[in-house]
Amino acid sequence: MSAEPTGARLVSANGKEEPLLSARDLVQEFVVRERGGVKAGVVQAVSSVSFDVMPGETLGIVGETGSGKSTLARAILQAPRPKSGSVVFRGADLTTLRGRKLLDARRHMQFVFQDPFGSLDPKWHVRSIVEEPLVAYHTGNRAARRKRADDLLDLVGLDPARYGKRHPRELSGGQAQRVAIARAVALEPSLLICDEAVSSLDVLIQAQVLNLFERLRTELGLSYLFIAHDLALVKQVSDRVAVMYLGKLCEVGPGESMYRQPLHPYTKALLDSIPSTEPGARRASATIQGEPPSPINPPSGCRFRTRCPRATELCAAEEPKPRELATGHQVACHFPLTEPPPAEAAATAAATAAAPAPAAKGAGQ
Amino acid sequence: MTESLLEVEELRVSFAAGGREVRAVDGVSFSVNSGTTLAIIGESGSGKTVSCRAIMGLLPAGTAIRGSARLRGRELIGLSDSELRRHRGSEMAMVFQDPARSLNPTMRIGIQITEAITTHRKVSKGEAQAQAIELLRLVRIPAADRRFHEYPHQLSGGMRQRVMIAMALACRPKLLIADEATTALDVTTQAQIMELLLELQQELDMALILISHDLGLAASYADEVLVMYAGKIVEQAPAARLFGRGGTVRMRYTRALLDAIPHLERPAHALLPVVSGRPPDPTALPQGCSFAPRCASAADDCLAKAPTLTEHAPGHRWACWHPCENGSGMSEGGAS
Repeated sequence: MSAEPTGARLVSANGKEEPLLSARDLVQEFVVRERGGVKAGVVQAVSSVSFDVMPGETLGIVGETGSGKSTLARAILQAPRPKSGSVVFRGADLTTLRGRKLLDARRHMQFVFQDPFGSLDPKWHVRSIVEEPLVAYHTGNRAARRKRADDLLDLVGLDPARYGKRHPRELSGGQAQRVAIARAVALEPSLLICDEAVSSLDVLIQAQVLNLFERLRTELGLSYLFIAHDLALVKQVSDRVAVMYLGKLCEVGPGESMYRQPLHPYTKALLDSIPSTEPGARRASATIQGEPPSPINPPSGCRFRTRCPRATELCAAEEPKPRELATGHQVACHFPLTEPPPAEAAATAAATAAAPAPAAKGAGQ
Repeated sequence: MTESLLEVEELRVSFAAGGREVRAVDGVSFSVNSGTTLAIIGESGSGKTVSCRAIMGLLPAGTAIRGSARLRGRELIGLSDSELRRHRGSEMAMVFQDPARSLNPTMRIGIQITEAITTHRKVSKGEAQAQAIELLRLVRIPAADRRFHEYPHQLSGGMRQRVMIAMALACRPKLLIADEATTALDVTTQAQIMELLLELQQELDMALILISHDLGLAASYADEVLVMYAGKIVEQAPAARLFGRGGTVRMRYTRALLDAIPHLERPAHALLPVVSGRPPDPTALPQGCSFAPRCASAADDCLAKAPTLTEHAPGHRWACWHPCENGSGMSEGGAS
């Protein structure tokens, strides 16, 4: 089908491996208007985010509601285009491409979304849905495309004879998500961007789909950008994990070392909040209080400081720059967890309790 | 001798869909004591929500409900709407998954809570408002007297759920049912709401029923865990007995659920032990064990005859012909 094999190693002139996807200083903002079109504010959804995805690698992005993770995914896809920054994919900067050139560059980058029924045309047969990208990119003749669609359904574990003629409404959520995945890999992409792709599935079905992703990774040499709110889930599928808070990455590193030694206080809060089936480890009770502030008026300096138990005046005055504290493990924090807490933190934490919308007092025991 | 607050016996719920009988709940028995937390765990369609709605009297007319549910010794099944309304709110209350849809978007939250109070109690308007502000404080909403005048859209999801809890607690119920109440919330907010529910439970000496799909939530916050599959209870035990090192999950469906949960301890790219297939069609349940068609250990007897839920060890009931060995399965560190 496609000329070069998928997951091809992109090697630069000096022999060093180059990233498959490289995002630099991505910024996405949306203007909020009041009645009458008066500008009310700017939502700073994604603020200067940079990361790389290496060939064959899975990078997980974890964040809560409003962290900007889905906006980030769409900015990579150029839908809508980011306000500034660059997205270099397989050597081409997508932000500078338009029209047919952008489409051609993007065929190697496919999406799987949370709601499979929302992304499948209800009037189409399953086989036509999977065949559609092949038609759009003029791949093969009709018979070859039919054959390929059936092979793809087979690949994702759906019997083409049984499911090919069905409509999406005749499928369960897990089956519909398999159809969406079959369509996504139809053009032999090198990168699959999954945005909460298993979040709406029951846990046993979720496990089936996760295993399918894992199998496609090894069989097709796929790379993934795996976006979800569930840190345990993200860690399980990812080589590296990036933690996003209020439009910025606060920590990026190998999943295992992030779990053993989180560097950012927010990462630790996320880890502590996950309900565990180990009753011994349950409820550290150190979960953070309050809720994320509005992205329209994000806090100065470090965006997590209004909820951070270690915040000082420095955190309000100066934005922490990403630092590499262990191999491949970066954190954007003035007082990472490997260091003792700053002496002035307690006083500042009390002072910031009056800041926008945090729950004022600790819940106690 | 403490008598159970809620005593459910042989509860059966069925309704007609397209001329066929859907047996949503098929002979469920359990009890809950004051001050304790029971988690009812299951996938979509397992009957966990329908059971609780039957107890609350919240199922549509035409639903056939049989069996018994007694709250403080008083039978709830078969009560008229007006009789049930007296119990609902004042003795038992329910919080749902989607607070945005449970709240009236055109009314200030304070008015909605005040209404919940005056519906059940004869108090003056001023007094009810004072109590409503007190309730907002009880659920740790900061600046309660200011929030009182706000509309639901001005609050975050977590704050809205706190408002729903405040309304549910308006008449100090003895039983609170939380139906996937934290599922739509972020994990840090979920932890806050769960802490709040457990604190309130102690303060008000309530029984709490958590309905969830998440075994992790049950392990972290419940005293007793009950697992449902295709309308039946398949396993029930104290949380401490089921989970953790030396945990003894016996029913194979519970084991499968536990193994499928994303685990921080699991290495990256590890394949999950999976169960194929889907839950059975509720209009055509298999003759034998409902889980048998998906169970790797199913034998002829599983397909022929359904196992009954039996107390095999003190406090531990399960329904399985070929249960897991003690401590077997996928969980790491079985060296205890």
